[in-house]
Amino acid sequence: MLSIKNLQARIEEKEILKGINLDIKPGEVHAIMGPNGSGKSTLASVLAGRADYEVTDGSVEFLGKDLLELSPEDRAREGVFLAFQYPIEIPGVSTTNFVKTAVNEIRKYRGQEPMDAVAFLKLMKERMKLVNIDQALLSRSLNEGFSGGEKKRNEIFQMAMLEPKLAILDETDSGLDIDALRIVAEGVNKLKSKDNATLVITHYQRLLDYIVPDYVHILYKGRIVKTGGKELALELEEKGYDFIKEELGEEVEA
Amino acid sequence: MSEMLNTLEQTALSEYKYGWVTDIEADEAPPGLSEDIVRFISAKKNEPEWMLEWRLKAYRHWLKMTEPEWANVKYPKVDYNSIKYYSAPKQKKTLNSLDEVDPELRATFEKLGISLDEQKRLSNVAVDAVIDSVSIATTFKKELAELGIIFCSMSEAVQEHPELIKKWLGSVVPMTDNYFSALNSAVFSDGSFCYIPKGVKSPMELSTYFRINAENTGQFERTLIVAEEGSYVSYLEGCTAPMRDENQLHAAVVEIVALDNAEVKYSTVQNWYPGDKDGKGGIFNFVTKRGICAGVNSKISWTQVETGSAVTWKYPSVILKGDNSQGEFYSVAVTNNHQQADTGTKMMHIGKNTRSRIVSKGISAGFSQNSYRGLVQVGKNATNARNFSQCDSLLLGDKCGAHTFPYIEVKNSTAQVEHEATTSKIGEDQIFYCNQRGLDTETAVALIINGFAKEVMNQLPMEFAVEAQKLLAISLEGSVG
Amino acid sequence: MSELKELIQDKLSKESFSGNGSLKALSQKGLELFNEQGIPTVKHEEWKYTRISAVLNKDFSYAEGATAITAKDVEEFRLPGHEAANELVFVNGIYHAELSNIRSSVDELVILPLAEAVKGEYKSIVDGNLGHSAGYHKDGINALNNAFAYQGLFISIKKNKSVEHPLYCYYINDARTVNVLSQPRTLIHVAVNAEVKIVEEEVTIGTSDSFINKISEIVVEENAQVHLYKIQNEDSHSSCVKTTHVRQVGVSKVNSVTITLNGGVIRNNLNFILEAPGCESNMYGLYCVKGDTHVDNHTIVDNKMPNSLSNELYKGIIDENATAVFNGKIFVRQDAQKTNAYQSNKNILLSDTATVNTKPQLEIFADDVKCSHGCTIGRLDDEALFYLQSRGIGDKAAKALLLHAFAIEVLEKIELEPIRQYVDQIISERLDFEI
Repeated sequence: MLSIKNLQARIEEKEILKGINLDIKPGEVHAIMGPNGSGKSTLASVLAGRADYEVTDGSVEFLGKDLLELSPEDRAREGVFLAFQYPIEIPGVSTTNFVKTAVNEIRKYRGQEPMDAVAFLKLMKERMKLVNIDQALLSRSLNEGFSGGEKKRNEIFQMAMLEPKLAILDETDSGLDIDALRIVAEGVNKLKSKDNATLVITHYQRLLDYIVPDYVHILYKGRIVKTGGKELALELEEKGYDFIKEELGEEVEA
Repeated sequence: MSEMLNTLEQTALSEYKYGWVTDIEADEAPPGLSEDIVRFISAKKNEPEWMLEWRLKAYRHWLKMTEPEWANVKYPKVDYNSIKYYSAPKQKKTLNSLDEVDPELRATFEKLGISLDEQKRLSNVAVDAVIDSVSIATTFKKELAELGIIFCSMSEAVQEHPELIKKWLGSVVPMTDNYFSALNSAVFSDGSFCYIPKGVKSPMELSTYFRINAENTGQFERTLIVAEEGSYVSYLEGCTAPMRDENQLHAAVVEIVALDNAEVKYSTVQNWYPGDKDGKGGIFNFVTKRGICAGVNSKISWTQVETGSAVTWKYPSVILKGDNSQGEFYSVAVTNNHQQADTGTKMMHIGKNTRSRIVSKGISAGFSQNSYRGLVQVGKNATNARNFSQCDSLLLGDKCGAHTFPYIEVKNSTAQVEHEATTSKIGEDQIFYCNQRGLDTETAVALIINGFAKEVMNQLPMEFAVEAQKLLAISLEGSVG
Repeated sequence: MSELKELIQDKLSKESFSGNGSLKALSQKGLELFNEQGIPTVKHEEWKYTRISAVLNKDFSYAEGATAITAKDVEEFRLPGHEAANELVFVNGIYHAELSNIRSSVDELVILPLAEAVKGEYKSIVDGNLGHSAGYHKDGINALNNAFAYQGLFISIKKNKSVEHPLYCYYINDARTVNVLSQPRTLIHVAVNAEVKIVEEEVTIGTSDSFINKISEIVVEENAQVHLYKIQNEDSHSSCVKTTHVRQVGVSKVNSVTITLNGGVIRNNLNFILEAPGCESNMYGLYCVKGDTHVDNHTIVDNKMPNSLSNELYKGIIDENATAVFNGKIFVRQDAQKTNAYQSNKNILLSDTATVNTKPQLEIFADDVKCSHGCTIGRLDDEALFYLQSRGIGDKAAKALLLHAFAIEVLEKIELEPIRQYVDQIISERLDFEI
């Protein structure tokens, strides 16, 4: 589904990704872990097409298409969904209206008729349950005045509505208490199928207790330095990121 | 963002939808302004002597006045002697019923989306259709008359209800008020009159649709709304004009009187031709709109969506004379290309416990200049007056300007006045977030702008809101990605 | 009005300009413009709420030489902290070296008549900056001062010097025998990496009318820091128009605090022209006025280059028949992307015969900016008042406490302790508040 080869990217003059290789197949859950500044969020942004990052080398193929050639909206329409670490506020635009516009734009791209109001509301009601989100919240301006947990739940709700092929969760656990974390993770799990894939980006292992990955990759200084199963996350949790440095033969700060 | 800016620079203005001309033979006055022209207009309308005298008085006063220059707008001097002050489509004879309206005129309004056929209309809107200098038809008159509501053209009102016109015309905007109101008082050709008797709540929205058609003419309409004790009316105004290379002048006067416990809601969607993308042509929209809350507990609310005109000079105001009266002003003003708008409001608190609320949203794009100018005045006796003003500006691109000029004058220690203003742009991260959800940049910008203007749009009657929302998007098309 | 014109013509005709080309040109241009424009009336948009012509509609004289101010007279009004300050005394508009007391050495602080400065090493600074404010005030009042700028003073704070002794400037009008009109003019140059604190006060001696029409132009270079404090506390027969025009030509920081307590008609023009990227400007004002005092604060922040920050907070407590005017204008020019500009004006009216007119304005020509302004006019918060009363504080004391709290936000910005205490003392007495 997604095939990343030797991906290199920079922001302004700073090289951040220095050759990423990653293959994700339908039905799989991959986790990318790494210390701060390793390039985790950059990878998410580059995949979603944020203009601040310049891809200097490598390729990304998504469902047979060159992802890097597509505009951010077309990537979304092809089925890439990024759950933002810091969801944006848009005053005056209700979440309902926003999601409805998004759903219909994507349908238009796929040559489908726009969804009528009744069908949309029905779908919305159904998906709201998945993430335990309140109707009242959805009629408020998008993310404006939402708590951290509400914002993240809103992201997963939008994911449920847009039914992406590949969902990238960028530090979705940050700023969540344990209950909110569970609700969000349950939402993600319910949306999992044999046809879609999930890429979880996180600093901590605890999210992976709820969203169990098939593969864990450790990103360090812009490269994936180690890949393993879910036990790698536990090992990392136990030993800390220093053990990576040790394995790489780097000096560990006291 | 760069994508947004690129599209910004393309500035391909979408075609102005209402730019066509109807080919109708017109009965016109020769260009130029003199006492003779004033007499000519008055005679054309078969007016009584007192009306002519009133006009002449205004004209003589106007001669002594100079055109105001304080607004933040620049435009070539208007040559008042090259304008035709009267142009009426030639109709066969006096109409006995709506069915007799010239099919050509009927078609003109159909094309504008204004049906004069009562059956086809939404049953809750009555329309007075004004083309150039005259009103050609008013719908639902009979139904309204049964409730005692008078809704007719100003010309008709002068003939049929002289006592009301004598009493109220010029009572809110005196003929000497300003340069353009004096000019209007001298040469106004038609407009709407609306009278809501005591205790009556109008069951339908009343609306006037203004259309400039003829070349080289000015449009000077006059609207007067009187809401007697305990009455209510919601009034809508719409306007369009053909695309022409030369500027055309529109100098209207609107007066509203609200007596004890009366409420008037006045909504405008102003879409006069704004000129082309290089700033050629377009309407000069110099309008005086003012209402007086003359009675206790009365309320006047202005809502405007301003997207058209090359130059706009307009300050719908409320004089809060009655105790506990309320004034509101909700405005969205969009300027694109070379448009200039200097608009805002005046809230004059005179009575006790008077309240006013101002919400102004300015959106500037292209090379345009958009100014909010407002005055909040609290007089010595206006105990416990309250005002809240919010003025927000959104800039699209770095070649346009947004200006805020609020004047606040307070002479009473119990007053509470608050004013807030912000200026911002659409954030790159907002656009990216929308892109990531599958919205292209153009849709994203339209969505964000509608969100920005929502508080004002919510004030519009349903029939208007949808049209206004589309208009916002169209006005900015090509200027934003 | 015509009398004023005659007075000025008469005075200028007696002057001889020798050799100082740019001063002469400025003077002539000033005179021409003054003759053309005269004293602004309320029809002039910038003078809409301040009837300055009424103040000047009297017989005034210059009385420059005729004064006999002594060191003893000066002693009467020296400000606290003067023991450690450079004291500059101006009498009827002219700098008076004998009455002044300069503690700093000449390698820190240079004080020269403008007529001399324009000839020597400071020529380019004088030529490049003197009269710059005229571009922002195209009216007869500014022009009038320009006509007399040749009598002005030049002050330079030398490169890399942080002047330890603040500059206390006293502008004395000797109105013991006649109505005095004075026109002090200073050009202050703060060189690269220099730092200085300046305190200004006007003083009228005598009971005749006094009018000061002053212009200070200040050029601030790279990495310099300037603190400007103005204290205005005069009687009703003393009026003034004070223009302070600051050009930040390098990345620099300037703070200004203007305190107005009493007077006749007081007009303060304060301009900040941000000509370098990354400047910081803070403008604070407190007007706590009563009687018939009329105070008008006009401020301009002109952001010309990117990444600057300007902050403005003016607060007013207006009592009895006093009138306050606030007119704040923020310009953000096309090149000034990423500007942050904030402005706030808050007023409390204490009597029904007090008036406040406020006009905060934004003129924005760049799109990537954060600008906001807000203003409020109101009375004390009833809730807060009740809360204090419920804790046993009497009505009067509670009001004083809240008003003092309202004022303190501005007072705190004065970073010269003796001056801050002095002002706080006056305000507290005014509000019946015990510190």
